[in-house]
Amino acid sequence: MAINTKINTSKLDEILCRYEYKKSNLIAILQAVQEEYRYLPEDALIYIGTKVEGLSPATVFGVATFYAQFSLEPKGKFEIKVCDGTACHVRGSMPVLNAIRNKLGIKEGQLTTDNGLFSLETVSCLGACGLAPVVVINGKVHPQMTSDAISIVLDTILKEEE
Amino acid sequence: MAKTLFIDGKEVEFTDEPNLLEVIRKAGMNVPTFCYRPDLTSFGACRMCVVEVEGRGIQSSCTMPPEEGLKIHLNTEKTRRIRKTVLELLLANHDRNCLTCEKSGDCELQKYTEEYRIDKIRYAEKEDYLPIDDSSPSIVRDPNKCILCGACVRACSEFQGHAVLGFANRGSKTLVQPLRPLGQTDCVNCGQCAAVCPTGALTIKNNIEDVWAKITNPNVKVVAHIAPSVRVALGEMFNLAPGENSIGKINAALRKIGFDMVFDTNFGADLTIMEEATEFLERLKSGENLPIFTSCCPAWVKYLESMHPELTHHLSSCKSPMSMQSPVLKELVPKILGVDKKDLTVVAIMPCTAKKFEILRPEMAHDNVPDTDYVLTTKELGKMIKSAGIDFETLEPEVADSPFGEYSGAGTIFGASGGVAEAAVRTAYEFATGEVLQDVDIKGLRGTSERCKDLELDIKGTKVIVRVVSTLKEAEKSLQEIINGTAKFQMLEVMACPGGCINGGGQPRSCDDTKIKSRRAQGLYKEDSELPVRKSHMNPSIQKLYQEFLEHPASHKAHELLHTVYTDRFKNSYKDV
Repeated sequence: MAINTKINTSKLDEILCRYEYKKSNLIAILQAVQEEYRYLPEDALIYIGTKVEGLSPATVFGVATFYAQFSLEPKGKFEIKVCDGTACHVRGSMPVLNAIRNKLGIKEGQLTTDNGLFSLETVSCLGACGLAPVVVINGKVHPQMTSDAISIVLDTILKEEE
Repeated sequence: MAKTLFIDGKEVEFTDEPNLLEVIRKAGMNVPTFCYRPDLTSFGACRMCVVEVEGRGIQSSCTMPPEEGLKIHLNTEKTRRIRKTVLELLLANHDRNCLTCEKSGDCELQKYTEEYRIDKIRYAEKEDYLPIDDSSPSIVRDPNKCILCGACVRACSEFQGHAVLGFANRGSKTLVQPLRPLGQTDCVNCGQCAAVCPTGALTIKNNIEDVWAKITNPNVKVVAHIAPSVRVALGEMFNLAPGENSIGKINAALRKIGFDMVFDTNFGADLTIMEEATEFLERLKSGENLPIFTSCCPAWVKYLESMHPELTHHLSSCKSPMSMQSPVLKELVPKILGVDKKDLTVVAIMPCTAKKFEILRPEMAHDNVPDTDYVLTTKELGKMIKSAGIDFETLEPEVADSPFGEYSGAGTIFGASGGVAEAAVRTAYEFATGEVLQDVDIKGLRGTSERCKDLELDIKGTKVIVRVVSTLKEAEKSLQEIINGTAKFQMLEVMACPGGCINGGGQPRSCDDTKIKSRRAQGLYKEDSELPVRKSHMNPSIQKLYQEFLEHPASHKAHELLHTVYTDRFKNSYKDV
């Protein structure tokens, strides 16, 4: 079930207006909303489903839950994506993933750290198999990761955050 | 000219059938299906209706259009094997507690499992069961029994326009679900999703045991009143033909079960017409709040309150026949039975699932006593009759109790789309002109297949256009006309279920035969044509009620008991975030 935060309808109206309240722009609308809130709040889905002609809250929910890119839970300030495609997997993406989990204290099935700083998920293939195993943090690609290498990357971020 | 194709070597004619499955059915044969419903678009999800087409291999018959000269085979080794595999895979994920399932005995998955001799489920039972959503007063959703045929999703969006149900997630995690628990959504409780559901995934909330508890309690008197549409459908559960009027048997069965008195909601329908026709004429005279909307359908009322609260002033302030009849019974029956008002239980037997929601509205109570205590659907009554051990088929017909069991033909046609408008016009004409309406059959308002009918009438020089729509999707189009200022009609009758109450969510199964609707409607029109009184205001019991109790239509007393107010659900609903 989705999580809720108080949403700002004028912000949503601005996004909807930018995409002309069009049903065919739903994915773009959802992407813009996710950029704003770092996830899709339930009330936002309902608002979109009500305001856009031809959609209903359940239909918007269907699209939002269909695509892996959309999250119904808040993501962290730093979104970590560990590639677990075939090439990355055989080159050792799982040890990298476990190293991240241990370092940040993220349990299996948990998306975001308790302090909201990091969220962690695996993705199927980033198309950078030559650099395997790959970890992407907020859009920045970190190639040929190992448990030690990722630890250093995370330490750098943590230090900056302090 | 009719074209032909071959089914299992037999030449079969076809004309404009949209798909092979319809041709197969027309030829008197059948193939199993979960997802195909003639009133909904073809979906091709379940793959049970596969047939072998020579030269084309395996095809799903619900999505393939018929072609001249096709040679198709229904039961080959391959098609039977495919159907069996489909069943086995569905069963692998399905809740296996068939014995205690609400749908048991009426479930298509159960039926085909038996017919296809699946005597063992090869796969292990799933470990995690999802929670059941029983937040709605009318509908229970059990995702563990869903086979993802999508019939409910299509019914919700194609009949009612605003899809409350939708597919969520992806792959093996796919679910049919509303965004929030059903009770917190804009679901209008029409029950059409449950009516098309092949399994027990969507069922109607059941009040059978509550009613039994009242009946078996010696300190409580229980009375029932029966809606028009119940009489032409209940018989289907006992081998009677659709449309056969079994009201006499129903009266007898209810008395056998232990109801102290049995009345007829048609009386309430006549009462509705008295008030609504008066209100309509007043509005015509003043020109205010036109067009008038009928307010009998609780699904329609809730839809308007949540989607267009700015238009609720168009709604007639009249309560529905059920909600008019019940307070009159609560007021007057205690004297007849010699009991306290609080010891009287009123049960309404309805074709409708939204009525279960309607009785919970705060306006439907007086002095903290609900007007209607329970609503039983047609199907629930059928189950009750069965569990009471009554042989329905051989019952001798009985008449309802006087005076709230007497009705006119105008009351009985309420159950069919167009019936309320026809009944209102019969009375409004005579009220307005003081003349006798000779031809009471207003055929232009009848018919269950068209979802929108317009008829222009001449009430002594005043031109009136009456519009009749069924399904809320169709109603929304008329609302848009009003919003755009292009609407020409003065009266709008809306019933949320396609074809009207005769096809309500609480009726016995009718989703795979489009003819059942029209047969039930014909059953009602037949009863109307055979009754001595066919206009609501000519019903002697109604006249007496006004003389002795209500004074005149729209009187103070009538307003207190028979009229209602509407809520702005938009403001309260989740959309106002």
